[in-house]
Amino acid sequence: MSDTDEEVVSPTAASESESVADEGESVAGESESVAGESESVADADVGVATDDAVDAVATDVDVDGETPLEVEGLRKTFGGIVAVDEVSFDVEAGTLTGLIGPNGAGKSTTFNLITGMLEPDAGTVRFNGEDITGAQPHEIANRGLARTFQIARELEEMTVLENMMLAPKGQSGETLWRSVLPFTREAVEREEAAQLERVWEVLDFFEIDHLAEEYAGNLSGGQRKLLEMARALLTDPDMLLLDEPFAGVNPSLEKRLLEHIHELREEGYTFLIVEHDMDLIMNNCERVIVLHQGRVLQDGTPATIRESEDVIEAYLGGEV
Amino acid sequence: MSGTDAGGWFDALFDRDLSLVLVVLAVIYVAYVLAGVAFGYGLRGQLNSIANLTFYVGVFGMLALALNLHWGYTGLFNIGIVGFMGIGIYVTALVSKPPVAEGGAAQVGGFGLPLGVGILAGVLVAGLFGLLVALPALRLRADYLAIVTVAFSEIIRFTMMSRTFQSVEVPTALGLRADTVGLGGGGGLILNYTDPLEALLRTVFLWDPYLAFLDLVQQTLIPNNPKPVVDGLLYGVMLLVGVFAFYVLLTRLGRSPFGRVLKAIREDEDVANALGKDTDRFKLTAFVLGAALMGFGGILWYSSRGSITPPSFRPNITFFIWIALIIGGAGSNTGSFLGGAIFAGLLYEGPRYVKNLVEAAFELGDAPRNFGEAMAGFASLDPMPFVLYTLDSVSQLRLVIMGVVLVWLMHNRPEGLLGHRKEIASSVDLSRPSGDGTTDAPAATDGGETR
Repeated sequence: MSDTDEEVVSPTAASESESVADEGESVAGESESVAGESESVADADVGVATDDAVDAVATDVDVDGETPLEVEGLRKTFGGIVAVDEVSFDVEAGTLTGLIGPNGAGKSTTFNLITGMLEPDAGTVRFNGEDITGAQPHEIANRGLARTFQIARELEEMTVLENMMLAPKGQSGETLWRSVLPFTREAVEREEAAQLERVWEVLDFFEIDHLAEEYAGNLSGGQRKLLEMARALLTDPDMLLLDEPFAGVNPSLEKRLLEHIHELREEGYTFLIVEHDMDLIMNNCERVIVLHQGRVLQDGTPATIRESEDVIEAYLGGEV
Repeated sequence: MSGTDAGGWFDALFDRDLSLVLVVLAVIYVAYVLAGVAFGYGLRGQLNSIANLTFYVGVFGMLALALNLHWGYTGLFNIGIVGFMGIGIYVTALVSKPPVAEGGAAQVGGFGLPLGVGILAGVLVAGLFGLLVALPALRLRADYLAIVTVAFSEIIRFTMMSRTFQSVEVPTALGLRADTVGLGGGGGLILNYTDPLEALLRTVFLWDPYLAFLDLVQQTLIPNNPKPVVDGLLYGVMLLVGVFAFYVLLTRLGRSPFGRVLKAIREDEDVANALGKDTDRFKLTAFVLGAALMGFGGILWYSSRGSITPPSFRPNITFFIWIALIIGGAGSNTGSFLGGAIFAGLLYEGPRYVKNLVEAAFELGDAPRNFGEAMAGFASLDPMPFVLYTLDSVSQLRLVIMGVVLVWLMHNRPEGLLGHRKEIASSVDLSRPSGDGTTDAPAATDGGETR
C-alpha cells in the first residue's frame, strides 16, 4: 500500500524524476515479461500505510517518480494522409498534462493510438514501463490506462448504476458459469454488493447520485461527461486520458469537473487531457503539448507555450 | 439468506411477468378450445388440438429465448438458427439410431447409444459449430455476421442432402456396434430410436406408472388407443418445462456481471472494450451457448417425429423464430416466450383454424382450382369463388399474413409487445446500500481494493 501524502508529486519533483525515468527506460524494456511482478514490488517499496484512514484513501497508483506514459515516434497514416507523424512525448506521474492543437492536428488519433483503438504504423507506446504498442484496448484498460471519449458514449439503454457497475476490473461474475451456477452465484452476489458500495461512493463524489436510476440515454451532455469520467475512474486506473471532457459543458459544470480533476490529481492520478479551449488548458495544466498537422509543435509549461510564435501562428491560421 | 432471496425473486416474477404470460396463454387456449367446440371435436380431438398448440408454443418459445441471448442481449445478428437446430437433431439421430443390422426399415443406421447420450452429443456439437462459425465471424460487423450465419445454415442443409455423406460403411475392425452410418441424403433419416418420451420416463422409473395411467385413461375417458393423445400432451408439458429451464437460465445469465457485459456490447462494443472487457471472449461465449440452446431446441422439435428430411431445415424456420422474437420484444425473456406463444398460436397455427372454422360455419362449396377461376366470379359480381380460393390457399397466405403483421409492428410498435423492457443487469438490487449515507467525498475516490 502506498502513502498518498508523500506521493502527491509537485511539478518540480516530477521534472526531477523525469531524467531518472529516461535513464531507466532500457531497463524497463527488458523487464517487460516480469512487469506484473515488478509493479507489485514497486508498490511494496513505497512505504507502509500507517493508519486506516490513509489506507482508505490510498491508491494503487504508482506515483513513485516514474513516467507512466511514454510515447515515441508514433506515426499513423490514413491512405495518403499522415494523421500523426513522429509524435513523441511523455507524461509525468501525478500531473495534469494538456494536449492541444487546432482541428485535424491529430489529437484524437494520438489518443486512439495510445489506447489501442488504432494500431500505429510506427513508434512505441509505453505505459508504466511496459510496451503496450498495438495491444488490444481492453488489455490497455486493464493495465490501468483508462480513457473517455470525445463524444460521451454512454450505454444508453443501461441505467447510470448499470454503467457504473460494468466498469470495475476483474469481476468474477463475468465468467458465465460462475454467474449461473447456484453456489458460485452467491459469491458473485456478495462481490457485487461490495462493489455497489464503491459505486455509490463515486456517484456521490461526482454528485450524480440523484441520477442513479436514470437511463444513461436520458442524461444531459454535461451529466454524461460526469458519468463517463466516474465510470472510467471505477476501472481503478493509474492514469486517465480525457478526450475533450469540457466540450458542450456549461460553465458551472465545467468548474465542477475541473474541481474533480484537481482533487483526483492531488490523490495521485495522472491526467492527459485533449482540449480545444486554450485558456482552460493554460490555467489548469502544468504542462502543455501542442500538436499541429500531426507533429508536436511545442512541449512545455503554459508560459512558454503562450509566448511561442509557432503556436500563435498555428492557432491564428498561419499558412504553414 | 438464499431462501429469502429466492422467495423475493419468485415474488417479483409473479408480480410482473407470470400474470401476463398466463393471461395470454389462457386467451390462446380458450380460443382453440372454442374453435374445437365449433368444429364439433370430441374429447380426443380437443386434446389433440391442445397438444399440438402446446408443442408449437413450446418450441417457438424455446427458440425465441435462445435467439434473445444472441440478438436481444448481445446484439449478434444470427440468421442461421435452423442450421444449429439441424445439427442438433442430426447428431442425435446419428448417435442414437440403432445399427441397420438390428432390424427396422431404416437403410442408414447409427451408433445405437442411449438417447440421452445422443441428445447431449447433439447439443455439444451444435455448440461446437457455433464456435467454428463465431471464431472468424465475430470480428465482422453485424451485417456480415448475418450473411455468414445464413450461409452456414444453408451449407448445413446441403450437407444433409449430399450424397457423399448419405451413408458410410463403418469398418468392423473398429469394433463398434454401428455398421452403416450417414446423413441419409435427400431421403432423410428415419428416427427409429427409442421414443424420447419413453426414454425419459424409463430413466426416471415412471414408465410403468405411466402405462398404468394410460390404462386408466382408456377405461374412463378415451376408449380406444389413448396413448398418442396422452403422449402428445405429456410431450407438450415437457416442452413447457424446457421453456421454463431456458427462461431461468437466461434470466440468471442476464442478471449477472456476465449479462451486463453482453448488454454493454449490444449498446457500444468500443466502450465495453475501453473499460477493459475482452469483448471477443464474451461474444464467443454467448454465441456458443446460444447455438447449443438452438441445437437443443431443434432436437426437441424433431425428435418425436418419425423421420427428418433436409427440406425441414430451410431458412424460413429461422425467420419464423425472428418474427416470434420481434413480436415479443428483443431483450426481454418474458417477451421472447410471449412472442413465441403468440406466433405459434396466431400466425403459425391460427390461419388453418380460421379456415376450418369458416368452412365449418358456412357450408361452402368446392374452391376454384386456380386463380383464373377465382377471379372469373367477379364478372358476374359474385365474390364467392375468390373468397373460397383465398381460404383454400390459407397455408400459403400465412406467409403474407406474417409479413403484414411484421410491417404493422415495425410501424406501430417496433420494440415489440413488451417494449424495450430493460431488465436491470445485476445479481443484486442496485439501490443505495443502507446504513452508510454519510460517506465523505475523498474516501469515495480511493482506487483501493473492494474485494
